[in-house]
Amino acid sequence: MNPVNYLYLAALLFTIGASGVLIRRNAIVVFMCVELMLNACNLTLVAFSRMHGNLDGQIIAFFTMVVAAAEVVIGLAIIVSLFRSRHSASVDDASLMKL
Amino acid sequence: MSFPLLTATAALPAIGAIATAAVPAARRTAAKWLALTVSLATLVLAGIVFARFEPGGERYQLTESHAWIKDFGVRYELGVDGIGVALLALTALLIPFVILAGWHDADPSPSSQLRSSRGGPNETNPYHWRPTQGFFALILMVEAMVVLSFVATDVFLFYILFEAMLIPMYFLIGGFGDRAHAGSDENAAAQRSYAAVKFLLYNLAGGLIMLAAVIGLYVVAGSFSLSEIAEARADGSLDMATSTERWLFLGFFFAFAVKAPLWPLHTWLPNAMGEATTPVAVLITAVVDKVGTFAMLRFCLQLFPEASKWATPVIIVLALISIVYGALLAVGQRDIKRLIAYASISHFGFIVLGIFAMTSQGQSGATLYMVNHGLSTAALMLVAGFLITRRGSRLIADYGGVQKVAPVLAGTFLIGGLATLSLPGLAPFVSEFLVLVGVFSAYPVAGVVATVGIVLAALYVLVLYQRTMTGPVREGIGGMPDLKVRELAVALPLIALLIFLGVFPKPLTEVVNPAVQHTMQDVQKKDPQPEVEAAK
Amino acid sequence: MENLIALLVAAPLLGAAVLLCGGRRLDRAGHWIGTVLAAASFVIGAVLFTDMLGRGAEDRALHQHLYSWIPVEGFQADVAFQLDQLSMTFVLLITGVGTLIHIYSIGYMEHDERRRRFFGYLNLFLAAMLILVIADNYLLLYVGWEGVGLASYLLIGFWQHKPSAATAAKKAFLVNRVGDMGLSIAIMLMFTTFGTFAFGPVLEATGDTSEGKLTAIGLMLLLAACGKSAQVPLQSWLGDAMEGPTPVSALIHAATMVTAGVYLIVRSGAIFNGAPDAQLAVVVVGAVTLLFGAIVGCAKDDIKKALAGSTMSQIGYMILAAGLGPIGYVFAIMHLVTHGFFKAGLFLGAGSVMHGMNDEVDMRKYGGLRKFMPVTFLTFGLGYLAIIGFPGLSGFFSKDMIIEAAFAKGGTEGWILGSVTLLGAAITAFYMTRVMLLTFFGEKRWQPDAEGHEPHPHESPKSMTIPMIVLAFGSVFAGGFFSIGDRFVHWLEPVTGHDHGHAPVSATTVTAATMVVLVIGVAVAWVMYGRKPVPVVAPRGSLLTRAARRDLLQDDFNHVVLVRGGEHLTRSLVYVDHTLVDGVVNGTAASMGGLSGRLRKLQNGYARSYAVSMFGGAAVLIAATLLMRAV
Repeated sequence: MNPVNYLYLAALLFTIGASGVLIRRNAIVVFMCVELMLNACNLTLVAFSRMHGNLDGQIIAFFTMVVAAAEVVIGLAIIVSLFRSRHSASVDDASLMKL
Repeated sequence: MSFPLLTATAALPAIGAIATAAVPAARRTAAKWLALTVSLATLVLAGIVFARFEPGGERYQLTESHAWIKDFGVRYELGVDGIGVALLALTALLIPFVILAGWHDADPSPSSQLRSSRGGPNETNPYHWRPTQGFFALILMVEAMVVLSFVATDVFLFYILFEAMLIPMYFLIGGFGDRAHAGSDENAAAQRSYAAVKFLLYNLAGGLIMLAAVIGLYVVAGSFSLSEIAEARADGSLDMATSTERWLFLGFFFAFAVKAPLWPLHTWLPNAMGEATTPVAVLITAVVDKVGTFAMLRFCLQLFPEASKWATPVIIVLALISIVYGALLAVGQRDIKRLIAYASISHFGFIVLGIFAMTSQGQSGATLYMVNHGLSTAALMLVAGFLITRRGSRLIADYGGVQKVAPVLAGTFLIGGLATLSLPGLAPFVSEFLVLVGVFSAYPVAGVVATVGIVLAALYVLVLYQRTMTGPVREGIGGMPDLKVRELAVALPLIALLIFLGVFPKPLTEVVNPAVQHTMQDVQKKDPQPEVEAAK
Repeated sequence: MENLIALLVAAPLLGAAVLLCGGRRLDRAGHWIGTVLAAASFVIGAVLFTDMLGRGAEDRALHQHLYSWIPVEGFQADVAFQLDQLSMTFVLLITGVGTLIHIYSIGYMEHDERRRRFFGYLNLFLAAMLILVIADNYLLLYVGWEGVGLASYLLIGFWQHKPSAATAAKKAFLVNRVGDMGLSIAIMLMFTTFGTFAFGPVLEATGDTSEGKLTAIGLMLLLAACGKSAQVPLQSWLGDAMEGPTPVSALIHAATMVTAGVYLIVRSGAIFNGAPDAQLAVVVVGAVTLLFGAIVGCAKDDIKKALAGSTMSQIGYMILAAGLGPIGYVFAIMHLVTHGFFKAGLFLGAGSVMHGMNDEVDMRKYGGLRKFMPVTFLTFGLGYLAIIGFPGLSGFFSKDMIIEAAFAKGGTEGWILGSVTLLGAAITAFYMTRVMLLTFFGEKRWQPDAEGHEPHPHESPKSMTIPMIVLAFGSVFAGGFFSIGDRFVHWLEPVTGHDHGHAPVSATTVTAATMVVLVIGVAVAWVMYGRKPVPVVAPRGSLLTRAARRDLLQDDFNHVVLVRGGEHLTRSLVYVDHTLVDGVVNGTAASMGGLSGRLRKLQNGYARSYAVSMFGGAAVLIAATLLMRAV
């Protein structure tokens, strides 16, 4: 199959993720959309790796996965504690860090 | 590798500052004594530097050089020339007096003790902010930085110090106000933070522009080392475009003119000196501001001789405005400390004038002026501080007839004032006259205008003396105690020095002259010849 | 011998240091220390004088180089002394009269609790004045010049608790500073012209430079002289300076310090000789002041202020003589010395009168004091006769010489100057006779003061009368002694040079004319004040009298133009500094604040709006990159 199609898919996933981050208010959904964007990037990296015939892209994809895993841990912890204190998972409720 | 004397002179107060800050909260007095001892030990080191300095020897002596940030060619490079050594000695000399004069200025005020008894942070709490320790530690920190900036021969190192000095100064101005203020506590705190922020902003603005120029210099010259750049400029291997040189010069000069301060960049000084405690005010005007004028001599003239000559007419006009304007404003002040601040602006005008006259007499005079102004302002300001502490007011109108009840105080105040108006026999006369002669021989009209400054100086000093010290004893003055032992220990040595250097300035001129000759070579200027000899 | 010169200064300087730093411990002995050290200086001066007499006229000058004061490239200022005949004359006058006045002050200041400090200041004055006259260069002279200014400031304001004294002291210092400005500019001009400011090289090199330069230097020196010697237009401080204790007025504001301007001009003779325009200015200043002072002296009722007017006028004579060039230099100095005797004597007499009259200074409240104070009357009377130029007494010789020299100037100028000096002599006779009549003759006019104390005029103690007697001797004999065989001319000629000029009228005619105007002046005074009783309250007087009482409105002019104008200027500058210079900066700060207030709204705390800006930023970056590629 033409590897360019993977790139189209990745672009599609990224756009879905980005619009989710921008539009949704539920922290879990926002979080999932971020993951979606990350994985879209991974897909691009792997696709390019295949197209160029070297392994750089795949290696970076591994790094991304590790970082994403770490992010999941911290992010979920924040969301859980946010939910505990506010009984809501809406990100708009946590708009206190402003002047 | 010989003993790094210059580093030691700067490191000692820095270490002393940390040690002072670490003294437990309850042992305030110990912190004071520690700070005083450290400052005296620094004075001894500075004395050794002064003694080891050979006036006829190399331009920079006691040099040290270590790589610091290799990628940018930044080096930790120290060396002292005649001008630096004079100012180094002045700084080391003044700090003990500043500490001694501010002995009680950072004691916890009665109101804060009241707060702590109501369950607030108290002295047994180790995390409680320790004002006394902090005050003296900050003073020592300033000393360390100023000392190092006088001996730094690397432009980048100098820049770092020039900026870093602002931090302790900011806290000294904003954190420790003069208790003698008009109005309520809140009002005073607002005034004080206004003054501190103004000080910081002015100097940061100057510093930022200087940073741009420092980077520009590196781009053009490929080095931060003062001696390397100066050498390259002298043998022609570094050729700067005229416009580049001028822009870089302006960047440096702007920062120094804020610090010095030159009209119209002066307005931070009266605020800062008015709101700070008197020892800190002395620290600002007598020590820290000298870095500005010193840097004009060392960096502006040495690195950018052509641009300096290009800018001379404008700078001379600004200096003249400073002289006359500062003096006139001093006459119109109602607040003792602001009066002295404006007088200092007038004096800084003289210093800048002497530097940019570009004659031997002018530059020697300017260097001596820096030292002598430090001494005379310290004497006048610190005695004024003793007076203000007694009465609890900075307003001239609240005083009158002090000489009747406290003759020694009035006498020392008068001598400080006479030094400020450059009476012959006292040190400032020597420097002021040298500056005037130096300026006059190059720019006669400017010399005559500057001479007007000596009349105005007499006016503001004598008016101040008359209104505060003479006449009938005013309400609130009666029963004012005369100077105590600690205060005499501040005033008398300063007065003795003023007299000594006025009668016998040779120890200073000896070290300054060769350095000035070097600078004259840098700018490739020769003294104007007297008419009669020129005719022959 | 030359090593003794520094001791001349050292003795009083030591006295000043000891007395001013010594503290209360020295209160009981302070006046003796001061007097002994002043006397020691006089003795040293006398020793040097006898030594000097033993040498030939040409090699009498002594030099002592102490050390290099301000060694800077191309600039050589030394602490070095030069003692020649001119300096010697001053040294003897200063230390001699100075010692006498120290002795006088022991009695005069007896009841003042700060007597020790008074003597300290007096010693300081002597030291500074001696530096002024024995310096061998203009810069060191400047040190003495300002030093005497300081001593004068301290002594005029000695009774600082009186606001009037403090103001007078400040005024004296400030006006003097204006003059000092002239001196410092003159020194700078010398430096740029000659490369030095030592007397020797400068005065020798005057031939090598242009007349314009010399004129400029000369005019600046004249400005300096005007300040120190209270000459028009810088004369206004001298009258107010009478706020000081009377011995101070006698020593500083009559006999010595105020004559420093004359010294300066005579010392710089070579410069003025090469600058006729500057000389003309000197003469004009002298002539104007001589009349100005005399007129003011006629109107004052305060005995000290009347004498101050007289001092101004007499120094006007000296300045005028000095401006005549070599014809007049010697006579200027001679009049200076004789004036030192009689004017000091007159002031001490006035002090003695005040001492006996509860410090009353208004002559209209004296009257008939000759019976109560015989010694004071006698010595004051001799001083009076000397100053008006009574034949045979000091003033007769010295003033007559100046009048002759003025005529000898030649041409219209000579006639004008001669007439002015003659007119001055007439007015001098008038106002001094007035002082004499008001004080010692007529009926007693004093009344109890507000608290009911009636003054009991009495003779002063010995410590006060003895100096007065000594000075009276000087007033009587000095002039004759100097004039016999032209002793004084021969003494000073090697230093100042001398020229007889060409008098259009004979000396005898001049003397006769002087006698005539003298008699007229005395007669008019007698008609006005001797024949009929003097009112205790001063009559309103003519327009001229009222103006003269106010120093011919010069003070009012100063007040309106300088003081008021200056106040307005400083006040508006303070305003400008606050609103304009500071305002620009504050305005910038305020607009920054406004801008950031608006930008702040972007920070609304919603994560998604931050995300939008992130995406937007990323999009812009990518677009920019692509755009750059495309280009």
